[in-house]
Amino acid sequence: MTARRILAAVLLAALGLLAPALATAQGAPNLAKFQVEDRKSGYFYMGTQTRALQDDEFLNPGMFAIDQGKAIWNKIDGPKGQSCAACHGNAEQTMKGVAAKYPRFDERKGGVINLELVINRERTERMGAAPLEYESDALLALTTYITYQSRGLTREPVIAGPAAPFFERGKEFFFTRRGQLDLSCAQCHDDRAGGKLRGDTISQGQINGFPFYRLIWRSMGSTHRMFQWCNTSMRAEPFAMGSEEYLNLELYVAWRGRGLLIETPAVRK
Amino acid sequence: MFGWLRFIALGTAAAAAAAAVTAVAQDALVPIEVVGNGIPTPLTAQPGDPARGKQVVTDATNATCLICHNMPDLPEQPDQGNLAPVMEHPGSKYTAAQLRLRLVNPKLITPDTIMPAYYRVDGLTRVQQQYVGKTIYKPQDVEDVIAYLLTLK
Ligand code: HEC
Ligand code: HEC
Repeated sequence: MTARRILAAVLLAALGLLAPALATAQGAPNLAKFQVEDRKSGYFYMGTQTRALQDDEFLNPGMFAIDQGKAIWNKIDGPKGQSCAACHGNAEQTMKGVAAKYPRFDERKGGVINLELVINRERTERMGAAPLEYESDALLALTTYITYQSRGLTREPVIAGPAAPFFERGKEFFFTRRGQLDLSCAQCHDDRAGGKLRGDTISQGQINGFPFYRLIWRSMGSTHRMFQWCNTSMRAEPFAMGSEEYLNLELYVAWRGRGLLIETPAVRK
Repeated sequence: MFGWLRFIALGTAAAAAAAAVTAVAQDALVPIEVVGNGIPTPLTAQPGDPARGKQVVTDATNATCLICHNMPDLPEQPDQGNLAPVMEHPGSKYTAAQLRLRLVNPKLITPDTIMPAYYRVDGLTRVQQQYVGKTIYKPQDVEDVIAYLLTLK
């Protein structure tokens, strides 16, 4: 891990020199694939250097999570001597399209479940292993590795039937003003995308690139960590990662970005 | 600018709303009285200090106006937002009373504005623990900021 971190730091430092050259070499990026109707990926709002960092599989710091995730996929854990690979084989084949189905309504849970929670359910129920802590390097890496197998596919979450009330709660969350600054997600990400909030260009707040690598965090991050970050920037008490509130919100936000291509691991400022 | 026009139209309703708020929820705060389109009475006995007001406005750690407003008088300040009208010559455009209402609770002027109320604790949802019951600006901060803005003619 430490070696990887150092390598990442070196690559990030080198980026300042490399990115402009890369961007010129590749010409103007084709933004069409980052948009569907009026829905736009966060990529759309990033500067040339950040885009170049995402586009290049060698430079993209999120690729370290893929390597790490692959190792965890194959690693035996728990008393039953199982690994993910023991049941599912080669993720590059068996996990294609799986992440695209999440978040979704889950009968057993009686609510929304996302990929992180499904991974932990597999670990505890099938492997007898301990759940991975939300936002731990290991859970992020495994989530990223599995989602990577759906790159280029789209999410079209089901919001009808039993999912409907949870979807409605997520939607309500998105439009509710919160915190000492009294702001809603919609006020920034629906109404003001493209505007400048201090030095940041506000995007539509889409989650098609998650888990993503966030440069200001110098680490990977999940959708729920991002929700917490946005909640605390409006000085609202955040909810726990993996909470019902954020799972419902994740369903709404995934639906809101339906049709956008999965671009995990995205790189964002 | 439209917000400002609506503000005048809403003056009376705003006064009524603010009076109710004062009576019920904001007991712990300095009482606020809206008159017409402003709050004429300062929140503190000590007159505002423009130099300190400038420090308050530019304090990046406390919901600075620059998150949303561009302020041409502060060209040295980096990363100014553009989600709100450019704050140009506020000292020639507004009275102290008008600025006081705008800062204390701009929702009384434009109910759906994104501008936060700098002196209000009621009617908010799920405020982060460390800010519960606290206003963004203290009464003296409000007065100092007004004094500073009035120097920008
Ligand atoms: C005060 C303005 C503001 C509010 C309110 C806000 N955000 Fe954000 N959000 C930002 C900024 C700034 C960023 C970083 C730049 C960007 O990607 O938009 C961001 C980024 C995001 C991202 C990452 C997008 C990407 O492509 O990387 C998501 C997802 C997101 N927000 C969701 C939400 C949700 C859900 C809410 C409500 C709980 C919310 N935001 C409320 C300002 C806000
Ligand atoms: C989160 C965004 C935000 C912040 C922070 C903010 N404002 Fe505003 N402000 C606005 C918006 C948007 C308007 C436009 C009118 C409206 O929506 O009420 C506005 C309007 C104003 C106006 C009236 C301008 C006009 O042309 O009508 C003044 C004066 C003002 N703000 C002062 C301030 C001061 C002083 C601060 C900091 C102490 C501040 N604002 C912080 C968003 C903000």
